[in-house]
Amino acid sequence: MTIKTTAARPSLWTAVRNINLRAYGMIIALVSIMLLFQVLDVVLQDSNFITPLNLTNVILQNSYILILAIGMMLVIVNGHIDLSVGSVLAFCGAVSAIALSDWGLPWYLAVLVAVGTGALIGVWQGFWIAFVRIPAFIVTLAGMLLFRGLTLKVLGAETVGTSGPYNDLASGYTIAGFDLRMPTLIIGILGAALYVALAVRSRSREVRAGIAGSSQLAWLAKVVVLAAVIVVAAYTFYSYKGLPLIGWILLALVLIYTFIANRTVFGRHIYAGGGNEKAAMLSGVKTKQTSFWVFVNMGALAGLAGVIVTARLQAATPDAGNMFELHAIASSFIGGASMSGGVGTIIGAVIGGLVMGVMNQGMRVLGVATDTVQVVLGLVVLAAVFFDVWNKKRASGPIVGTTPGGSGEAKRKGGGGPDSGPDDDKSKDKKPEPVGAE
Amino acid sequence: MSEDILRMRGITKRFPGVLALDGVDMRVKRGSIHALVGENGAGKSTLMKILSGVYAHGDFEGEIELEGEPARFRNIRDSEDSGVVIIHQELALVPELSIAENIYLGNEQTRRGVISWDRTNTEAARLMGQVGLHDHPQTLVEKIGVGKQQLVEIAKALSKQVKLLILDEPTAALNDSDSENLLELLGQLREDGVTCIIISHKLGEVLAIADEITVLRDGQTIETLDTAGDAVTEDRLIKSMVGRDLAHLYPPHTPDIGETFFEVSDWTVYHPEHRDRVVVNNAALTVARGEIVGLAGLMGAGRTEFAMSVFGRSWGGNITGNVTLDGRRLKLNSVSDAIKAGLAYATEDRKQYGLHLDYDLRENFTLPGLDKVSKNGVIDLHEVTSVSERLRGDFGVKAPSVYQLAGNLSGGNQQKIVLGKWVFTEPELLILDEPTRGIDVGAKYEIYELIQELVDQGKGVLMISSELPELLGMCDRIYAMSAGHITGQVDRENATQEELMRLMTLETASGGEELRQ
Repeated sequence: MTIKTTAARPSLWTAVRNINLRAYGMIIALVSIMLLFQVLDVVLQDSNFITPLNLTNVILQNSYILILAIGMMLVIVNGHIDLSVGSVLAFCGAVSAIALSDWGLPWYLAVLVAVGTGALIGVWQGFWIAFVRIPAFIVTLAGMLLFRGLTLKVLGAETVGTSGPYNDLASGYTIAGFDLRMPTLIIGILGAALYVALAVRSRSREVRAGIAGSSQLAWLAKVVVLAAVIVVAAYTFYSYKGLPLIGWILLALVLIYTFIANRTVFGRHIYAGGGNEKAAMLSGVKTKQTSFWVFVNMGALAGLAGVIVTARLQAATPDAGNMFELHAIASSFIGGASMSGGVGTIIGAVIGGLVMGVMNQGMRVLGVATDTVQVVLGLVVLAAVFFDVWNKKRASGPIVGTTPGGSGEAKRKGGGGPDSGPDDDKSKDKKPEPVGAE
Repeated sequence: MSEDILRMRGITKRFPGVLALDGVDMRVKRGSIHALVGENGAGKSTLMKILSGVYAHGDFEGEIELEGEPARFRNIRDSEDSGVVIIHQELALVPELSIAENIYLGNEQTRRGVISWDRTNTEAARLMGQVGLHDHPQTLVEKIGVGKQQLVEIAKALSKQVKLLILDEPTAALNDSDSENLLELLGQLREDGVTCIIISHKLGEVLAIADEITVLRDGQTIETLDTAGDAVTEDRLIKSMVGRDLAHLYPPHTPDIGETFFEVSDWTVYHPEHRDRVVVNNAALTVARGEIVGLAGLMGAGRTEFAMSVFGRSWGGNITGNVTLDGRRLKLNSVSDAIKAGLAYATEDRKQYGLHLDYDLRENFTLPGLDKVSKNGVIDLHEVTSVSERLRGDFGVKAPSVYQLAGNLSGGNQQKIVLGKWVFTEPELLILDEPTRGIDVGAKYEIYELIQELVDQGKGVLMISSELPELLGMCDRIYAMSAGHITGQVDRENATQEELMRLMTLETASGGEELRQ
């Protein structure tokens, strides 16, 4: 193949082309939105938007959506969808409130009951989806009705109040009486330092092996900006009351799940199964088991989110979590998930959720009516996905080894759509399709 | 009217960073079959996309003259109105619709705005007769084979009053008898006055059917050969396509065959849905270390089904039989069992089943062998990158880096990734299903060399191929399969196309007998 190409002589344009807008675009968008509200607040109300109090509120008010979004991202990456999380959240919250208030269990056991209930629900739904092969849309649509009904049943259409350290999970700033204000600043700075150290180490290993993926300048800019963001965020929370407890929980979840997604065999199998299930299966990935555990995990996270919602309202209510599934799904898509599966990051889902949360908070501070807020958020979801589509087109220019004109085509074929590869046998009854036998 | 139906002059097409076509000239005689050959990436498809209006007038430089008139197509509709119809490699049929509906898709037969099913079906039946398709017009397209689906595409083209028919790799997915049918039909259309341009990698069929052959290389016209006048041979064409002499199509190789280490016996597989249909019937074969064993058969003979059922029961139902490796009986209940036991299966369909096109080389290379780059389920990303870098070099994948997406590479390079990912699992036996399908001559040669290197390391290779010359050129021993039975085997010395074809079409009742002799 001797296609003439400009890749040998990197120009500024190719450098710009190679920037993965998706990776940094969401962070840039989030920061821009915050700055926009800052300007609007100053102009219209002569006040500040970017205040420690407002940022803390964004975390407190969106924490449960973010927890759901983490699980939802894995579900979507694996090529499924979960419409039931709002109802599952309500049911787990209800069970946990009953365990706390009626059975008198200590708060940590009440949390465990919620997470366990959620996981069991995940087992139920995962069984139908992964092993019986009923589409997740159907199974979780049924689950949405089923668990909403069960919530009403266990609560008897009444609310069950909660009290004590249980409620601190959603709004406290201490853990076991230990104030988290100073640790916010210290861990923020240490975290930034650790991040820089890790980045330098992996960069030098790559450079030594001659396999560095990006230019020195781009790498440096990325490291400096991200380290600065960590320090500034830590200082901002520090100047109010410190990062709330739920913020720490979220941080831990993001780190753990990012690690699982990127660095574990199970995580990569989630991606491989969603990106091309048949190829993954023929590569030895136990796709059914993987999907099953993804739903168990989603259930457990919905259980945890149920605890947070209950603790925040200080009561389990029958209509808790209404529409939350759609917010979690929207967060994932704003955060870069692909409808066809295989693509998306944990941090993307969290940032997607934060974009919605910041817009919500910003418009409320400005006194925008709820109806308008909904309209704007709807448009944001559409705009984010449009940006994704546009970015993909931009990135799929011909590269070395590409058949001219065939660029992008391969990607479309890869989607597993009806027009797949050229050497495909189309007749369904002739082509041996792999069947999971594990 | 001039003698040429089509003249293309100085066609130049640029993509960002790539000059795909560089001043291509081409003339096609009225009522002829004109073949367009060249390696993958030579620009054949791009040229045909220009001719059929996929790339609008103004997107490229140069002139097109159709029947002496300058042609300026803005889109496919324009070109079809002028009688130019292209049939792409990926058939554009809707499987869930009937043959008749597909023929008139986008050109529905209506009366006062309402679809006339009567006319649709009768007209479709007439066109189907013209292409030798004798199914009912209301048969769903998904119920007929690929060969017949091609015929539907041609009938669809005829419904548009086609004058110039372009076929992109029409026989790539067809078996020999379907291919023959199709080529015969093209000859018949030629007599009816339809001019055909055919893009094909199969040089044998090109030589058999084409009146003229234009060779493209690196976006330029190399030459146009007249098959009647010039003495054109396959070697002559290959030389022209690759710009160098390929002394032989297959690299020379001295086999060093060791002891038999892999054995399948009494292997019977039923269809996973039609539970009473036997797809593989009491099959048995052996592979020795250092040996390349071929598996020949017509489409539907059960070769892929056999391979996939052995590979951790990834296809089929009610599978019975024994697999032994180094004398040990294997229990393979899943693909991961098979990988652990030392088997690898490189699928015939690399885009759908072989690769993750949206993922980069690193992910593709390491997916089946993630255990080897991880500890306690945690992956060493640095190891992933350096392993991929090594495989990219070893397998000669032409990609700027391991961060390249597999979907952006050509078929030959994709196939090398598939081989690489399986070699990384350190298998003892590799089953290669159509390892060179749809890739160009130069890349084929490299794939052959890689296969020979593997057996020189003492591994065994079972190679499934629909191209008999490839099996004859590469294999030390060849099994033939027909309707689920292994009907016989021939050694390298005794193997001929005729003998293999006889075994491949053998009536199955006596098949088992022949093997035992």
